[in-house]
Formats: sequence, C-alpha cells, structure tokens
Amino acid sequence: MSNIETSVSSFNHLQAAHCENGVTTALLGHYGIHKITEPLAFGMGSGLFYIQLPFMKVNGGPAISFRTMPGMIFKRTCKSLGVTVTRKKYSDHKKAKAELDERVLAGKPTACQVGVYYLTYFPKEYRFHFNAHNLIVVDKQGDNYIISDPVMENLVTLNSYELERVRFAKGAFAPRGQMYYPGENLHEPSDEQMKKGIIKGIKLNCRDMLDIPGYFAGTSGIAHTGRQIKKWKNRLGDDKSRMYLAQLVRMQEEIGTGGGGFRFIYGAFLQQSHQFLPVDELFDISNQFTAAGDKWRDAAVQASGIFKGRLGAQADYDDMGDRLIEISQLEEKAFRQLKTLIKKLK
Amino acid sequence: MKKEEIPQDEGYFGHIAKEVKYAVDSEGKYITGQSTGWKVKEEANEVAWQAFETKINEAKQRVLNGEISPVYYWMEKRMMDLAIVAQYTGLWKWRVKRHFKPKVFEKLSEKRLQKYAEVFEVSIEELKKPF
Repeated sequence: MSNIETSVSSFNHLQAAHCENGVTTALLGHYGIHKITEPLAFGMGSGLFYIQLPFMKVNGGPAISFRTMPGMIFKRTCKSLGVTVTRKKYSDHKKAKAELDERVLAGKPTACQVGVYYLTYFPKEYRFHFNAHNLIVVDKQGDNYIISDPVMENLVTLNSYELERVRFAKGAFAPRGQMYYPGENLHEPSDEQMKKGIIKGIKLNCRDMLDIPGYFAGTSGIAHTGRQIKKWKNRLGDDKSRMYLAQLVRMQEEIGTGGGGFRFIYGAFLQQSHQFLPVDELFDISNQFTAAGDKWRDAAVQASGIFKGRLGAQADYDDMGDRLIEISQLEEKAFRQLKTLIKKLK
Repeated sequence: MKKEEIPQDEGYFGHIAKEVKYAVDSEGKYITGQSTGWKVKEEANEVAWQAFETKINEAKQRVLNGEISPVYYWMEKRMMDLAIVAQYTGLWKWRVKRHFKPKVFEKLSEKRLQKYAEVFEVSIEELKKPF
C-alpha cells in the first residue's frame, strides 16, 4: 500500500509500537518539534502503569492495564512542551465530518480516536470492541481519507462511511467522534525544556506506580494480581482461570506494548533521557526495567503453559503468582531509586 | 529483551503489518525491531477466540431450539453485549432484550430489522435466517 500518494507530501508516516505514542510523535514532528521520539513521548507522558480494576470485568476476564489512561500521553507531553492542544467531541456526525474535512483539506493532519471493531484494514481476528485506538487523518482524495495508523507499516485508506463508523464506535470509551491536534508552527523545545518535561514525567510516573492508595494500582497492584492468581484455580476452576491468564498475557503483549507490558519502551525512555539529563544512574535504572520486562515475558511463557493445558497444578499457579510478586518488588525498587534520583536533581 | 530475541513466529497481525518492538543491542543500547508475532501471545488470543466460539455455538443451539431470536445469536457472533447493541441501535437495553424473544422478533418492522442488519453487517435475509 506504499503507492498511496498524498498531497501533504511533507507528512512522514511513522510506525510505532503504540498508537498514542506514535500519533503524538508524528503530529508534533509534522508541526515542528523533532526532538520527541516514541519513548520520550511515552516517558514525558508518564505512560507506564499497572492496574487491575476492582469489580470490573472486560470480556468476562480481569480488567488489567499496563499503561495510563487513553489520551493522557498526548496531553501531558504537549503540556510539558508548552504546546496547546485542541480536542473536540461531537454528537452530530455531519459536523464531525465537516470540521475534520476542513482541517484535512487545508493540509492539516489531525488525530482521531477510533474503535477498531469496524476498522476495515485490521485483520478480522483483531476487530474487538476496543475504542481507544488512535490514528492520524492526513489527507482526503474524493471520498477516501488517507490514514496514518501508527501500528501499520504504511499509509492506509478509509472511505467516509468507514471513517464515520469508527469515529462513532460504541461501547466502553466510545470516542464520540473525537478529533485532536496540537497548535501549528511549533518551536523546537530547548534542551532545558526537554529536561524539565522529562523530570516532570518521571515524577508523575513514580507517583502513579508507588503512591496510589489501595491495593490495585501501581507496583502493589502487580503483587495483588500475583496473590489472586494463586487462588484462581480453586475459586474459578481451570477453564475460567485459563481464560483469565490469557487475558493478562494479551494486555501485556498485544500490539502497542512494544513487548513486556511497555517496560522496554520505558527502559528506552530512560536511556534517551540521558542526553538531556546526563546522570549515568539512568542507565542502571533502565537496565532494571529491561530486566522487569524480561520477567514479564517469562511469566507470559509460564501462563501459556497453563492456558494451553501443558501445566495446571496448583504449584504451577503458585509459580505464576510468585513471578508477579517478584516483578512487583523489582519495579518498586526501580521506581524508588528513580524517585530519589529525581529529588536530588531538583 | 535482546535484539535477537525479538519473536518471529507466525501471527495474525503479522500478515497485515509487522509490529514494532523495543529491544537492546549487544552494547545494551535500546533499538527498535519488527516482529511477525509471538507464539505465546497468539496462543492467548486463541484462548480468547475459543471463549467467543463457545458462546456463539451456545447461542446457535438456543436459536435452533426456538428459545431465543437471531438478534441474540448475531450479538454473540459479533462479540457484542447488550450495552453495545443498545448503543449501536439507539434502543433501550430492555427493548433489545425483548427482541431476543422469538415471538417479538417475528413481528419486528422492516425498519427495525434494517437497523439490526446494518449493525451486524448482514442482509435482512441473513439476519432472520443465520444458518
């Protein structure tokens, strides 16, 4: 599909691990900020998280997320860079189309939040009712929109009916026609500004992972899930436990995470931060996140042994639970060290 | 994850686009690489699809038994739930639930059937006779 020509020739399609990081990086790049990479956007936006929402189920399984709320990465990163953000929701489909068309036809690429269920270029196996996907509408030719979707390798197209459908997808996190974009003619941030943004992003991420009260969020949330897993076999029976474990692995490794539940992207962020924040300790902490990501991947292998039926004894569930408890300790140590380091800098 | 450990198994998404993964090179520096898929993750997806398949087959059996209308079957087939169907059709949940009754479904207006057909991406024929 690389033969799609766009009149907005200056727009560079950027493939990224995660859609919101990708949209943020590509849009800021298009409007004039080139210092931001996907890992920097993720870290400045305090993207890393863990939560197992209590009392909530997704597709009948546990509601687990490895990242912050949709929309926050773009919002926080832009705020740190002093970039204004416009975000609009619509109830009127016609108005939503007209306002998007106006921008796109004026050569202004614009991001939309969409649902993937009716997203025609996705493989049918991935068309779940998931509504927090992000893409950039780059251009319009006749009835076709040229789309830069960060998880795709090249530009793709959607006709106006298809685009309207995904913009007005229904269910949890319904996008309600949402479109958003940064200001124009942006100035490249100074290194000092980058440094400040990085510090702010790290601080907030430390707070999210260490200081949220209760047992279900941050590093203590990981241990909570670990303790729960040990009880699943008895409480839920084998079939349901396997489904639950599969759901955990999907949230951790599905398109968008960059592998290891976003922990590798965070490791990359800390490394890239060094050029603006030259403290060698960042490399050491980055290694700790790499190790945590590897442990998450090993845990996924253990989980697959259970959900594919190769393993299934209580001891196997205990082993799985202990792995998460160990990861929780590793990440807590890494974030405490990061918190202390950042305090010293200020 | 090391660069050479980026998984290259066959994946459903990999047929459409390779995914970007972050990994470290031999000097410990982060780089990006592409992955066609990872067996462990693909297996997790299979478990999720099997759970959907089971629900779809149960729905099919219930329609064949005359216990429930095809709206229920199509809801399961399209991996929706009552809330999602209600939102897409613009109906109250209790009304959709009423349309699960075969007798009520038989009397639905053409307009109502058309709406369901659109949401489930089928013709009115298929909507009424799914198998």
